[in-house]
Amino acid sequence: MPTPKRLRDVIREIRSARTAADERAVVQKECAQIRDTFREEDNTYRCRNVAKLLYIHMLGYPAHFGQLECLKLIASPRFTDKRIGYLGAMLLLDERQDVHLLITNSLKNDLNHQTQYVVSLALCTLGAICSTEMSRDLAGEVEKLLKSSNAYIKKKAALSAVCIILKVPDLMEMYIPASRALLNEKNHGVLLTAVCLLTCMCEKSPDTLSHFRKLVPQLVRILKNLIMAGYSPEHDVSGVSDPFLQVKILRLLRILGKNDANASEAMNDILAQVATNTETSKNVGNSILYETCLTIMEIHSESGLRVLAVNILGRFLLNNDKNIRYVALNTLLRVVHADYNAVQRHRSTIVDCLKDPDVSIKKRAMELCFALINTNNIRGMTKELIFFLEKCDPDFKADCASNLVMAAEKHSPNKRWHVDTVMKVLTTSGNYCRDDVVASLIQLIQEAHALHAYAVQQLYKALLQDVSQQPLVQVACWCLGEYGDALMSQAIEEEEPLNVTEDEVLEVLERVLIDNNSSVLSKEYALTATVKLSTRFKHSVPMIRKLISIHGASTNVELQQRSVEYGALFRDQDPIRAGLLEPMPIPDKPPTQDTKQNGQAMTNGNGDLDDDIPSDVDDFGSSRTSKPAKTAPPAASESQNILDLLGGDSPVAPPLESTKPAGSNDILDLLGGIDLSADPGIKHCVAQPPSLLGDDFNTMHNAAAIPSLTAFDRAGVKVEFIFNRVSPNNVNVTVRSSNSNSSTFNDFVFQAAVPKTFQVQLDSPSSSVLPANNAGFVTQVVHIANPQKQPIRMRIRLTYTGEGGVSVAEQAEVNNFPPATWQ
Amino acid sequence: MMQFMLLFSRQGKLRLQKWYEAHPDKLKKKITRELITTILARKPKMCSFLEWKDMKIVYKRYASLYFCCCVEADDNELLTLEVIHRYVELLDKYFGSVCELDIIFNFEKAYFMLDELLLGGEVQETSKKNVLKAIAAQDLLQEESEEPQGILEELGLRAPSSN
Repeated sequence: MPTPKRLRDVIREIRSARTAADERAVVQKECAQIRDTFREEDNTYRCRNVAKLLYIHMLGYPAHFGQLECLKLIASPRFTDKRIGYLGAMLLLDERQDVHLLITNSLKNDLNHQTQYVVSLALCTLGAICSTEMSRDLAGEVEKLLKSSNAYIKKKAALSAVCIILKVPDLMEMYIPASRALLNEKNHGVLLTAVCLLTCMCEKSPDTLSHFRKLVPQLVRILKNLIMAGYSPEHDVSGVSDPFLQVKILRLLRILGKNDANASEAMNDILAQVATNTETSKNVGNSILYETCLTIMEIHSESGLRVLAVNILGRFLLNNDKNIRYVALNTLLRVVHADYNAVQRHRSTIVDCLKDPDVSIKKRAMELCFALINTNNIRGMTKELIFFLEKCDPDFKADCASNLVMAAEKHSPNKRWHVDTVMKVLTTSGNYCRDDVVASLIQLIQEAHALHAYAVQQLYKALLQDVSQQPLVQVACWCLGEYGDALMSQAIEEEEPLNVTEDEVLEVLERVLIDNNSSVLSKEYALTATVKLSTRFKHSVPMIRKLISIHGASTNVELQQRSVEYGALFRDQDPIRAGLLEPMPIPDKPPTQDTKQNGQAMTNGNGDLDDDIPSDVDDFGSSRTSKPAKTAPPAASESQNILDLLGGDSPVAPPLESTKPAGSNDILDLLGGIDLSADPGIKHCVAQPPSLLGDDFNTMHNAAAIPSLTAFDRAGVKVEFIFNRVSPNNVNVTVRSSNSNSSTFNDFVFQAAVPKTFQVQLDSPSSSVLPANNAGFVTQVVHIANPQKQPIRMRIRLTYTGEGGVSVAEQAEVNNFPPATWQ
Repeated sequence: MMQFMLLFSRQGKLRLQKWYEAHPDKLKKKITRELITTILARKPKMCSFLEWKDMKIVYKRYASLYFCCCVEADDNELLTLEVIHRYVELLDKYFGSVCELDIIFNFEKAYFMLDELLLGGEVQETSKKNVLKAIAAQDLLQEESEEPQGILEELGLRAPSSN
């Protein structure tokens, strides 16, 4: 057998391979040789071969066959063997392989070795692998080493103890006395690792935490010595004395001072000293200041100190180093609610960070800007943020737009400004803007009587320039439909008269209707706008009829239906057209109240047209529902058909559901009779459906003041959410799942996930069996905490064993939570 | 606590990996690939931090090598940069103006150095001198342990074998 190649030569050979295939061939050949040598049980070259194998492993090739060889190396008396053996064990073994237990004994022996470097290797490996079994077996040895007189061993033992405690917290007790003693050491390595060990214990156990509170004065003294002591070359990092130790102590102080006034009091002075005396020209000094700020913010510190901390962070924002700016924004974002005014003082610097070239900094700055908007600065901030919205990456636009709209709603100085701002946001964010902006702008305009003419003129001008921005098109169409007459009749102050003709307006709507880039939803808006204009425009009825008939043969069922039904309003049903197309009533603010009333009006049935009118007018307003069916001539029968159509696998429902969650609500509404007033803009018009849609659902409407919603309805499995707002920040959702199929589904599991801004907690379900034919429910309570009062978004996942034992997994997003659950 | 440290080249080749949390090999490879691609795609003017899952990635480029650490969300990322810098300084002192090739051909030495600086993902020694001293002493011990065998080989004898 030839002498195995040297490590250096193997590396060279592998590196000289030209292609990936070449490299693979070289590696395979070498691995084969290594295996052969391993089989020969050769001791001389085992070390070399394992080293080669470790290099091959790093390249991504399998190396598990070297695991046992590492064990043999570890057991060897030679230091070189041990060194490579332990290195191999750390790289190739971990707690998930049972083989690792085989080294426990070698570790035990080596922890008692007389050479400190062998002990060190063993401690290091213990720290790296540290399984539960190993921790239990070796905890005692580590504790012994913690009391050794050798600083080199002590520091390593302390960190191994950290690993053991993290793995098996029960073992903490035995380290408590020894770890306290470590703080009396002078050696920085020991001090550092001792602080680490104490931190770990305090984090793991509240009892230990209160026990160690008495260490605060001692820690303060160590920190003081550090910053007061003169230059010591050994621990100096660009003029700062041992930053690693300083940061660790500051962090432990934070844990000890949190929720404890006395401990906090004891560290106030030293924190102020560190905050004022630390050199700030280099990253290292700033890392200490950063840690100090975090500690000041988290303990019961004096208000002056808190302001000092915020000012340090404010100064960070002006730093040339982008890392420091990023850290500052991140930290300010965390403390902005506690120290609002102090942060507010740095607003202009924060606004400047919106122009930072770094996306992560921009993102943080944007979030912080929104947190800082209030009634006093709304105008300036909005201007900056709209400017930002214009320039920023597409990823930011949706969030930025929605947040701007929310901020404007909360703090706007007047209606005119509010309307202008939201319109500006809409035109600036273009197609990135979310549906909620459309709805809220429509509602806003509707409520501002004095601004109807102004808004419609502005929107008309914007629409003339661009029909490709769908959200803008939708709002503009809606307003043209409602207030199109104001476009010609009313002159607006400060604005030049528009001088438009009816034909010009209709031409724009026609462009929307025939434009290939218009979404179906936009076309629906345009179609409804057109029919509404038939009562507002006096001379253009023939043109309007022509426009309405454009989609009479559309393959999109919803468009075609509207087209045909609106067309009927000009023929047999002409007398009711004027009444039907009256201006929309102003929606009520609280979304839930008027639904019941409408619902009662509806229950009279479909045949009585007079009763239907109020609710059907509502439908036009929303422009999204499929209810216009009822206004068509043979109302009862035709609407029945359409309900059937929708009840089956309607071609309309799926696309709407996937692209426009808000739009699909009403379809579900019609079918399920569940009040889904999710959208602030259309909340008034959600009508309780006629009773023919099933009695099952009336019960639940009464169950809660907040309307419930159908979160999921596919393949006979239906999931409803019933809400109970337990506090302003918390809502409980009772999830009620049912199954209309003829077979019972087993192993039913409901899961829910929410974005980070919320917290969600699921109670255990009432059962995992979903009975057939709606014969029962599975209920489960979901607690949602929403401290920021954001619109709730949730992703749900259902798994169950369906017919024939097939396991089914379904997912859905629920974004249409009623505003009453979060506002 | 540091979760793992990766060293990789500008070409995306892994040069060193140290995991302080146990993961299946497959996941390690996936994470490594993902991070290498993400970091190499970042522009130089971007900051050195990445939010990744519920952790933070801190990375810094030294010549042709990227040093990338994953730390927990409440760790001090500015200090992590100092830890990386300290490691680079140590390698530099040890190899004498270190370059990528030194780390490729002496990867085991780079691991030994890391293990004297960090243990279980925490810094164990803040004095450069002490770290280098410990490494030098171990290198010496290694030479000593190899010497007798070298002599035996010169004499044309085989080292005693256990079987």
